[in-house]
Amino acid sequence: MSFKIPIGPQHPALKEPISLRMTVEGEVITDADIRLGYNHRGIEKLAEEKTWIQNIYLTERICGICSHSHATCFVQGVEKLMELVPPRRGLYIRYLVSELERVHSHLLWLGVAGHEAGFDSFFMYTWRDREIVMDLLEIISGNRVHYAINTVGGVRRDLDEGQKAKILEGVATLKKRSEYYFGIGANEPSFVARIAGVGMLSKEDAIALCAVGPVARASGVARDVRKEDPYAVYDELDFELCTADSCDVLGRVVVRIKELLESYKMIEQMVKGLPEGDIVVKAPRKAKPGETVSRYEAPRGGNIHYIKANGTDKPERLKVRAPTLANYPATVLMLKKGFIADIPLIFAAIDPCICCAERAVTLVTARSGEESVVRMSDLRRMALARSKNAPVKGNAVWPF
Amino acid sequence: MAVLRTFLYLLVYPGIVFLFAYSTFCEWFDRKLYARFQNRMGPTHTGRFGLLQPIADFFKLMAKEDIVPEAADKRLFSVLPAIGLAVVSTAGLLLPVWNFDLAVPSWTSFPGDIVVMLYLLSLPTLVIFLAAWSSTNLFSTIGGARVLTMLFGYEVPLFLAVLSPAILAGSWRLAEIAAFYQARPLLLLVNVLGFLVALVAVQAKLERTPFDIPDAETEIVGGTFTEFSGKKLALFRLTFDVELVVASGLLAAVFLGGFPGGAVLGFLQFVVKTLFVIFLLSLMRALTGRIRIDQVISFAWKVLTPLAVLQLLATILLKGFVS
Repeated sequence: MSFKIPIGPQHPALKEPISLRMTVEGEVITDADIRLGYNHRGIEKLAEEKTWIQNIYLTERICGICSHSHATCFVQGVEKLMELVPPRRGLYIRYLVSELERVHSHLLWLGVAGHEAGFDSFFMYTWRDREIVMDLLEIISGNRVHYAINTVGGVRRDLDEGQKAKILEGVATLKKRSEYYFGIGANEPSFVARIAGVGMLSKEDAIALCAVGPVARASGVARDVRKEDPYAVYDELDFELCTADSCDVLGRVVVRIKELLESYKMIEQMVKGLPEGDIVVKAPRKAKPGETVSRYEAPRGGNIHYIKANGTDKPERLKVRAPTLANYPATVLMLKKGFIADIPLIFAAIDPCICCAERAVTLVTARSGEESVVRMSDLRRMALARSKNAPVKGNAVWPF
Repeated sequence: MAVLRTFLYLLVYPGIVFLFAYSTFCEWFDRKLYARFQNRMGPTHTGRFGLLQPIADFFKLMAKEDIVPEAADKRLFSVLPAIGLAVVSTAGLLLPVWNFDLAVPSWTSFPGDIVVMLYLLSLPTLVIFLAAWSSTNLFSTIGGARVLTMLFGYEVPLFLAVLSPAILAGSWRLAEIAAFYQARPLLLLVNVLGFLVALVAVQAKLERTPFDIPDAETEIVGGTFTEFSGKKLALFRLTFDVELVVASGLLAAVFLGGFPGGAVLGFLQFVVKTLFVIFLLSLMRALTGRIRIDQVISFAWKVLTPLAVLQLLATILLKGFVS
């Protein structure tokens, strides 16, 4: 018996709205369809109406987890357009925050993976330790989520000796704990039974479907912007590119924990080798006409911002390609032939940040399932007509 | 007078009032342990140490809006929670803690009560399946199918494991089995394997991690109970609490030497031994992640059942050897 189950737009496994429409036979998935557009906020359009400085805070709000990634990616591009060279100390602090953010994102993901697999103890422990790195970020920037440390031409806050000591101390604790979690994540039988061999994505498929980040690396594709195209400080740091060749969710867990350990290494190097000097240079108000592409390795994979300037103090176009969007095609493939029980795990394994990846809305008539393209003014007119004339009779029926 | 005593027996002790109080206490114990294992606080505010939290939860749910889906079989949907609770409470009456008089078989302690008890403990699973099926929700239907699939996995090892001590004791009456092992405590060691098998099977019966597959939140939302709310959900939750007490009481009676010592001492033994079993169940819950339904079945038939059969064989051989 084949039937369709709707995972989302509201579902406990999803922290943000997205619709995964699964065709299942018994417990086996035969087809998967991903529908986006429930969380579209029109950020790219909004960016065209704000100045370069204002846009830093706007891009930071693209995502709640990798807020620093989007802001840094944008600032890198703007600095390229303005031909600015930020001081070394500023860069070190900026990418120190980047690595701390990667640590907090990966710890959060580990917890989520544990929760999706019903392993709540793992979830509670990793999230407890995530507080350490959240506190470090708060010490550095004053904020836990939107650090707002970037500015065009450097960073806004300096580090003192006390903060450096605190960071080293926190990282040492985290290192010990992460090694312990590595042992659990790769050895606890009931957890490994759930994630080994689940959500297979071969190396060829990962390349063909342009998977990015830990998903690609877990399929043996050694792809990391920090190594391939080292930006800013990454060519001075000693770290390894972490890959796994098991191509499944277990591989993605292993890659992320290994990356955690690499990040601790980088944080220590950056804190110990923090150069002296200024943290920021003065930036011009306007950028010369031109266009640029900025690449950044976010915790979830390669983040790309395309920025076009027209000589004013505002961008003419900002295009954001969030890593989650790049991983969706691979996800559909991974979901097929899986079990219902594996849906949340496979989907969570790409570490989806749904609102990052929302770039469009589809208008679907609820009763007929018909898709249409409508002008904003028409939509407004329809809404007014509906609320004025027709009293709502019963709830809209789900297209299934 | 006999009528009054029966009513007291059914309604106050060890009937519905006592079972309610003790099972909510056990839920608190389980929650607190689970929370401490996870480095959390658990319930703290309601009552001392949060002791009243499960009761508060129960009454809060009782007061909530009670929705019956339009497509559901309304009569079945409404009556099932009460049936489930009634069945497990009846099973609770059969525990040998409140009928310690070996010489007098009564309607709560008779030869064969262990089988009746196992039967009564199997019924809630069917009730839950029917509840899931009658609510017609897609997630409930999947949950219901999982409930029944799992039943075929854990039921056989549970029966084999629980009945083998009975075979060694040569009685089908819980009080007599307990008395047999009280007289020969060393023989309890023979049944350790069976105890472990039964623990795992009870964990599966109670649908707790790693066997919380029928109501796996991240997969199928509320699972079997997706459509249940208000009073009905409260009764189902209470059913699971009472089932936890009864199942751990059964394990304590069969594998841990029962509850000797009369009304007061026997009751203390009951509390200590059931809490010990619940401690082990909570530990299992904290240490594992949820496994998949196919893994449950293969685990039950490839590991649990052979172990239970091994236990049964050992018991039969020992019995032949002794006699």
